[in-house]
Amino acid sequence: MSALRPDLALIARTVRPGARLLDVGCGDGALMAVLRDRAQADARGLEIDPSNVAAAVGRGLSVVQGDADTDLRYYPDASFDYAILSQTLQTTRRPDLVVEELLRIATQAFVSFPNFAHWRGRISLLWGGRMPVTRLLPDRWYDTLNIHHVTVDDFRALVKERGWHIDGQWFLKGDRETTHANANLFAEHAVFLLRR
Amino acid sequence: MASLPLSDDSRFGLRRQVRLAGPIALSSGARLGPLDIAYETYGAMNADKSNVILICHALTGDQYVASDHPVTGKPGWWWRMVGEGRPVDPARHFIICSNVIGSCMGSSGPASLDPATGEPHGMRFPVLTIADMVRAQAALLDHLGVERLAAVIGGSMGGMQALTWPTLFPDRVESCVVIASTARHSAQNIAFHEVGRQAIMADPRWRGGDYYADGQVPSAGLAVARMAAHITYLSEAGLTEKFGRRLQGRDAKTFGFDADFQVESYLRHQGLSFVDRFDANSYLYITRAMDYYDIAEDHGGSLARAFAATSARFCLVSFDTDWLYPTAESRIIVHALNAGGAQASFVELSSPFGHDAFLLECPELNRVVDGFLRGGRA
Repeated sequence: MSALRPDLALIARTVRPGARLLDVGCGDGALMAVLRDRAQADARGLEIDPSNVAAAVGRGLSVVQGDADTDLRYYPDASFDYAILSQTLQTTRRPDLVVEELLRIATQAFVSFPNFAHWRGRISLLWGGRMPVTRLLPDRWYDTLNIHHVTVDDFRALVKERGWHIDGQWFLKGDRETTHANANLFAEHAVFLLRR
Repeated sequence: MASLPLSDDSRFGLRRQVRLAGPIALSSGARLGPLDIAYETYGAMNADKSNVILICHALTGDQYVASDHPVTGKPGWWWRMVGEGRPVDPARHFIICSNVIGSCMGSSGPASLDPATGEPHGMRFPVLTIADMVRAQAALLDHLGVERLAAVIGGSMGGMQALTWPTLFPDRVESCVVIASTARHSAQNIAFHEVGRQAIMADPRWRGGDYYADGQVPSAGLAVARMAAHITYLSEAGLTEKFGRRLQGRDAKTFGFDADFQVESYLRHQGLSFVDRFDANSYLYITRAMDYYDIAEDHGGSLARAFAATSARFCLVSFDTDWLYPTAESRIIVHALNAGGAQASFVELSSPFGHDAFLLECPELNRVVDGFLRGGRA
């Protein structure tokens, strides 16, 4: 599990063995493969990039090429125990609708995203006057796939507004978990486990 | 039987043909039997018969999936997919490929003899469907002692058969690979086929399909049918790259109707070489079967319902330049499978070769199919 990205490792630790799950934006299936092999999960994936899909199918995973913004509606209600949206929320056209769909399809949804309010980003914007380019956010403003920049507090506000429930929340700094206190300032990365 | 070295069994090997008593019940309500099936097998069945893969061929394909064609001498039509070190490998799999009924490479079709009269069936042969082709394959599996398929795999019309398999025999298929295919023939698909059929039937040598006795076959009509169809197998970009507006063996236009352009010469060659290996009536019957194909229609209009009874895994692949069976058609299948909770994979691969891409060099396709087949054994 050491090869997994820290947010994925955290999700892998939390998922119940034998669960049915849909990984939305599953990339090359790294998390799915771990969940299948170590937690005997029945894992399905949705991924927009064809070479990633080919790589995932090449490891024997059930992955469909598609778009989180348009293709989630083809999945029936409550067909999964978990939906996973890792590092994908900020790339969707309507993140709120995507999360709604996840919570329709699955009992619980993991949503992980980079925190745009991390202090390094704030300093970059405040003193440099430039959009931050950091380790977690390595792309420049014009070539980034991240079209909805979101902070921990933004996301919490959305959760509250929509009446979703937070079953778990984790914050990461580098590869390690960090405290909930001042997460909006100090967390580079947030993972929420939601339920409707 | 399972412990016998099955390669010594006369049912297995290259260039096999069997007459099955049948009859099989056809979609039309007619019955067909006895029926001949020509087929090949490669590799050996394992003890628990869990390594059997059925390969389904396309419109003008045949059973010679991985061995040299007896008429053209060319290597098997899918040697890139089936063979030693390939995703479907006789070292690991027991591979079956049979000529579809209605065709002309040894399975019962309009050119074969009606046992009742001793004459070729001609147009008296019953009209078939893709489902009928699958029923005949199932009858062949019964003969071969195969209950379950580890996988059924096909491209184009072969994909239609592969996709039909779990709808007709949900318990006999563990996984299903459908490449460059569709769940139904569109109006445009039917339209192109109708052009081909009309070309054949307009040939004065067609004579209502009774042309076998004197050998004066409607080759001109069949060649035109093939030329029209062949265009649909290629992409505009591919044609432009291969031929452009280049002239054929001349420096200037002739201001006549010779094949001035390379693309004309190429199509004429495709048409002429096709008539040597294919029967015009078979072309009529098989294109008709494809036009009648609509899996949802057979299940009350619901594609998802068609797959409700199966637990098979599915892998679908489309190609971005295929305008005959474009990606949208594969997506329709994927959405139906998702709706039913089936284990489905789908990817659109990039290729300049249009519909024909599934037959050509495509390492990504092999990687996907290989991974999918191995995934079932995890």
